[in-house]
Amino acid sequence: MEKRVTFGRWTIGILFAVPQLLLIFTFFYWPAGQAVYWSLTLQQPWGGGNIWVGLDNFRSILSNADYWNSITASLVFAAISTGLAMVIALVLAALTDRQLAGSRLYRVVLIWPYGIAAPALAMAFRFILAPEAGFMAVVNKFWPGFWDPGLDGADAMASVIIAFSWKYVGYNFIFFLAAFQAIPRSLIEAAAMDGSGVIRRFRDIQFPLITPTIFFLLVINITESFQDSFGIVDIMTAGGPANATNLMVYKIYSDGFKGLDYSGAAAQSIILMLLIIALTIVQFRFIERRVHYR
Amino acid sequence: MASITIRGVKKNYAKTQVVHGVDLDFASGEFVVILGPSGCGKSTLLRMIAGLEEISDGTIAIDGMVVNKLEPRERGCAMVFQNYALYPHMSVAQNIGYSLKVAGVPAAERTQRIQAVARVLELEHLLDRKPMALSGGQRQRVAMGRAMIREPKVFLFDEPLSNLDAKLRVQMRSEIRKLHRRLNATSVFVTHDQVEAMTLADRLVVMNGGRVEQVGTPAEVYSRPASRFVATFVGAPAMNMLEGEVTLDGISLLGGSRKLNVSRTGLAVGAKVAVGIRPESVRMVAPGTPGALAATVDLIEELGAGRVIYVDLDGAPFSVVTSETVHPEPGSTIGLQFAEADLHFFSSETGGRLDVFKVSVPEPALQG
Ligand SMILES: Nc1ncnc2c1ncn2[C@@H]1O[C@H](COP(=O)(O)OP(=O)(O)O)[C@@H](O)[C@H]1O
Ligand SMILES: [Mg+2]
Repeated sequence: MEKRVTFGRWTIGILFAVPQLLLIFTFFYWPAGQAVYWSLTLQQPWGGGNIWVGLDNFRSILSNADYWNSITASLVFAAISTGLAMVIALVLAALTDRQLAGSRLYRVVLIWPYGIAAPALAMAFRFILAPEAGFMAVVNKFWPGFWDPGLDGADAMASVIIAFSWKYVGYNFIFFLAAFQAIPRSLIEAAAMDGSGVIRRFRDIQFPLITPTIFFLLVINITESFQDSFGIVDIMTAGGPANATNLMVYKIYSDGFKGLDYSGAAAQSIILMLLIIALTIVQFRFIERRVHYR
Repeated sequence: MASITIRGVKKNYAKTQVVHGVDLDFASGEFVVILGPSGCGKSTLLRMIAGLEEISDGTIAIDGMVVNKLEPRERGCAMVFQNYALYPHMSVAQNIGYSLKVAGVPAAERTQRIQAVARVLELEHLLDRKPMALSGGQRQRVAMGRAMIREPKVFLFDEPLSNLDAKLRVQMRSEIRKLHRRLNATSVFVTHDQVEAMTLADRLVVMNGGRVEQVGTPAEVYSRPASRFVATFVGAPAMNMLEGEVTLDGISLLGGSRKLNVSRTGLAVGAKVAVGIRPESVRMVAPGTPGALAATVDLIEELGAGRVIYVDLDGAPFSVVTSETVHPEPGSTIGLQFAEADLHFFSSETGGRLDVFKVSVPEPALQG
């Protein structure tokens, strides 16, 4: 017999859903709708309402070389930081899974970075990666001018990538470790009996069996690298030098709130949203096929 | 084919020792069953042979070569796991052929060998399926196929049938036996199920608490159990045990005024002993029959071909297996009779078997 609550009248069901719908509407659809509206209008500098301009905002953004530069920087940032955070976490989790003593401690220690607010973390990395003091100062002493995120765009990009990856390594690690531990020990042992060594077992058994987790983390990491990077960029580089780290999410803020171009910023956030949606669709369409759900 | 020699093997987990020094010899081509209750260290011993568990002390040799330090793959053993341990993301064919793939066998030969194994196990129509889409019995067969395809020197089985339903278990049992006859590889089969053990084994190793209690053919173990533990563990329903003390002219049973008339036993007078008698060696007679022991019927279990009658003997539980059609009422009194030759004696202190002098005349041995 099925145990399920059924409502005689659909209105009661709706009533139960109302609080949730209200929240989603207030905090998601309404602001998103507002952003769409702003992106299609021009806000007048001295007040007096919005003028409908159609797709003009989008046209002007997309014909701006700065904006394309920002898209490129964001894609580079997303690809490298996701790759770094996932590969490092995967390796750490695989090693931890083999030697379980103390893994509870690792779990706690490694989830902490994820709990740290981005600005605090960025502040710490600003000091850690400062060219004039600390470890990088020593490196600079041997290779003068090797490291200067204040002047060199590539160094600045590397800094924000390192800070962001550091935060997500912990997050990914927890999921990877849980996925590894969910694989029955006897599967690994069966593979060992079949003559498979450590590396081969990882490739043939463990890796395929954690693909659902890899896929999930890929989607999360890419999405977050477009959104959660704001605080880190703001504190560490403020988009500089010469816009080298002016990621899309940061450019929305600087154009909107510093440049007071609300309409342009709104259009940019619509584009960012569409980009994330498109990337997610691509991942589900082309990568999920290779995932082995059990 | 390979012989296995186990010498003084111990296993410690941190501070606790779970296998306390085991010496065993398995001959080439033999089918050995390790039988024991859950937690007695059977799997641990098997896994030490396989190389999945470090050997804390002692040596294990396969074909005369000590394998203590060898990786599992270097030992030439194949193992069938209790939960089958099939690779869920691979098809049946890939599961069976994985070891060949790892060994670098060319694809054409691989396919041909997978086909051959699948034919033997009647898996040909399932080769493209994933393990998820198989029944328990089919998964079991795939696990067997995966072990077989490597043509290993030694087969190791860790309770491979305990996840199957009763009917399938009986069927798989005979198939494993047939396979063994065909491949003739040394096989070590671990189980806690004594029926499975008796039916499969050339030789039986009974383990308890990390020690070997007895090694012998199933018939030897059944007819001459080496210890009280083996006596009660092997055989269903379990052997009846009556506690008593040796007197000049027999054994006086504890908990009552009854006495077993046993001719010269050679046992020391005053020794505390347990007297064992198999339920199937007990005859049920009318109450009051001379020489019969009176008991009260507790419960009757119908087996179809016969029945088990559980009775109360001065507060001690006692069972009788009978194929007669008599049907005593629970609560009624019956008489029990058995031959002296069917009695087994065990020391109450050590639990070890006490060998008695051969009894010449099998006369009625009991007095009420
Ligand atoms: N990894 C382990 N750590 C500590 N104790 C263990 C471990 N594996 C097994 N044991 C203990 O060793 C004993 C024997 O286990 P096992 O060989 O699995 O018994 P079984 O005869 O049921 O197969 C058990 O008491 C079990 O609790
Ligand atoms: Mg076991």
